Amino acid sequence: MGARVITITSGKGGVGKTTATANLAVALANLGKKVVCIDADIGLRNLDVVMGLENRIVYDLVDVVEGRCKLRQAMVKDKRVPDLYLLPAAQTRDKTAVSPQDMVALTSQLRGDYDYILIDSPAGIEWGFRNALAPADEVIIITNPEASAVRDADRIIGLVEAEGRKIPTSLVINRAKPDMIRRGDMLSVNDVLDILSTPLLGVIPDDEQIIVSSNRGNPLTLDNQKTPASEAIRDIARRITGAKVPIGELERKKGGLFRRLARLFRRSKA
Amino acid sequence: MDDSITLKGIKEGLLVTVKPEGRWSDLSGRLVTLIDAQGSFFRGAQVTLSLGPRELRQNELANVRKQLDERGVILKAVLSDSTATLEAARKLELRTALHVTELAEEQSEALELRPPPIDPEEYGSPGVMVKRTLRNGRTIHSEGHVVVLGDVNAGAVIVAGGDIIVWGRLRGIVHAGAGGDESAVVCALHLAPTQLRIAGYITISPDDKQRKPRPEKALVRNGRIEAVAWE
Ligand SMILES: Nc1ncnc2c1ncn2[C@@H]1O[C@H](COP(=O)(O)OP(=O)(O)OP(=O)(O)O)[C@@H](O)[C@H]1O
Ligand SMILES: [Mg+2]
Repeated sequence: MGARVITITSGKGGVGKTTATANLAVALANLGKKVVCIDADIGLRNLDVVMGLENRIVYDLVDVVEGRCKLRQAMVKDKRVPDLYLLPAAQTRDKTAVSPQDMVALTSQLRGDYDYILIDSPAGIEWGFRNALAPADEVIIITNPEASAVRDADRIIGLVEAEGRKIPTSLVINRAKPDMIRRGDMLSVNDVLDILSTPLLGVIPDDEQIIVSSNRGNPLTLDNQKTPASEAIRDIARRITGAKVPIGELERKKGGLFRRLARLFRRSKA
Repeated sequence: MDDSITLKGIKEGLLVTVKPEGRWSDLSGRLVTLIDAQGSFFRGAQVTLSLGPRELRQNELANVRKQLDERGVILKAVLSDSTATLEAARKLELRTALHVTELAEEQSEALELRPPPIDPEEYGSPGVMVKRTLRNGRTIHSEGHVVVLGDVNAGAVIVAGGDIIVWGRLRGIVHAGAGGDESAVVCALHLAPTQLRIAGYITISPDDKQRKPRPEKALVRNGRIEAVAWE
């Protein structure tokens, strides 16, 4: 048993996989969990930057796979939280330097000692995505409330399903803008769920503080900062650990017919 | 008068019944003469060939199809009591039992067509059933019908020789009757395809999001694709 390996992926680039991985890892560690995150985006690594651990990297994932160092030597400890480690990606190598089997072997070495292994997947559906998916026990799909991101998420969910391992998959909608949704200018949470029919793990609002914190290498979930995004991410972390955290106003989803009736009702009152 | 070959108009087009007696080469020649004698009357017709117990090889069937083809007549289906003939017809991708039951009801006396044995292996039209949502990037190709128990999401594609039935929301691209069968239909609980084709016709969904989803059937009528309530 041991760790749960959770792969964070999206299909479309730039929707917030790395941001979510870094912040969830910190939030889980703050809940007292032992956490490793693995940057599977070889050649375009940036999880280390967002986590603020770039300057501490000595070895990377490819060094481990090619036997130049031991696995533990490549793991960078985040000193700001109790039990958080980063296994960084190689910056200079091609993604084919690592195979799906390597990823399975590597995670199985770590499973015994940690509670969560989070894998930050590269964009796309090619090699890097295969690497990130191979060892996954669970998959978190990140999407934005935009048609193109949702399309790609749908494709990815189909590919995960096609894997045939029945990997539990859940959805995080990132960068939601409540007032745009209210005006009908952005896909609503229900619109996205209607298309993807995948369990919702949480909704992260669009939040400038995310950008500020990423630039400083200071994940928002580190201190007790209360911003809309950091609270949403902490809730998601608690849901991952199995806590029943109710889904907020923005995220609310009710069953098909009831939901429609409710919507109709609201409309008729307006 | 020679009654070794009879022609009859049916709902599906033209039913050609060839008596089991006589040599095939003579009879197929006679069939061609009969059609030629009608000038362009049968041009564009879809022919169902009823052969009784006669055994035909694939090349014999292919030959008659070619000759009909040259006259603008399309060989569509073969009714036969011979497994060899049915097999040959299937190899040529001909239908081997086109609405046999309907035929039997409407025309059985005139045609002396025996009621078909209930054997889906032999008479059922081939098809594919998909018991999950077809997501973006998935494609299904089938020469027969396609049934999906789930949604067909935008970016998914279904191409079927026959009908397409979606027990869910249809938002992807579908092509029914892809081999040219204009009688093919597309049904869905919520019909909102990115693009819908039947045989050579093509349409896109009207852009009215307010409309309440209801089960609909798309079919070719009056030279265009129309959607009607599916009940
Ligand atoms: N909730 C949010 N609010 C505001 N900005 C956000 C939010 N989430 C992510 N961003 C910003 O969006 C950009 C892309 O985020 P990120 O790098 O995490 O995406 P990614 O999916 O990992 O991208 P890639 O596919 O390139 O790996 C970053 O500038 C990030 O700061
Ligand atoms: Mg990234």
